[in-house]
Amino acid sequence: MEHAIRISCNRRNLKVVRDFVGEYLAGQQLSDVLVNQLILAVDEVVANFIIHANAEDEKQFLDVRVTILNHEFGFEIEDGTASTYSPGLYQEPDLREFVRVGKKGGVGMMLVNRIMDRVEYSTTGEHTICRLYKTLT
Amino acid sequence: MKITQHATDTTLTLALNGELDASSSVLLDNELSKPEILRTQKVLIDCQQLNYISSAGLGVFISHLQTFQDANVKLVFFNMQEKVRNVFEILGLDSLMTIVPSEADAAAV
Repeated sequence: MEHAIRISCNRRNLKVVRDFVGEYLAGQQLSDVLVNQLILAVDEVVANFIIHANAEDEKQFLDVRVTILNHEFGFEIEDGTASTYSPGLYQEPDLREFVRVGKKGGVGMMLVNRIMDRVEYSTTGEHTICRLYKTLT
Repeated sequence: MKITQHATDTTLTLALNGELDASSSVLLDNELSKPEILRTQKVLIDCQQLNYISSAGLGVFISHLQTFQDANVKLVFFNMQEKVRNVFEILGLDSLMTIVPSEADAAAV
């Protein structure tokens, strides 16, 4: 079973996506903490696409799809633009250094990677897709 | 996100109500950036009505923590919902920031 939503690239739509994911997960008998973690992981990726990949251009759209198969939750976020983000270059930041220098950003993907079992990026033509997976036993 | 303030001679309490994300975190950043905040002894963050926090919200606290410490201003969180505290714990921020159960505990820090 798949659920999907399309949003324009405005950060006000982060709430729309969180509600969409939350409503889907509400029927899955998961704890509040786990539901919040999954919502957060999707929110972080969507925020990156809206703010960094699309510079909040409301003419651009993102598609968010949610699936569940054999206890594995899958979240797919598709961006209509080719991303320059390279997950292979990602290194976990040193939070004490972030505190020392007063850095505001940079912990979103750290959250995503720690919450999800798998995080995959693929770029095909002008589309970038991020897939997040979490298996619950 | 609504932010309600209560100030005494030594303490500023900010009660956060709603969701702290990439859209709303600028409001909190503006409050924590006010110069007069560094003249207080304690900033207490009441999280009872804080239903959600993303990296953008965490980033606001991370970015001000050193400035507060340098000015001897204590930053203390209290009444935090389990799901919100869990987000701090995922990153280990609960060991870098002071999170206590209740307002009374926060007052005693």
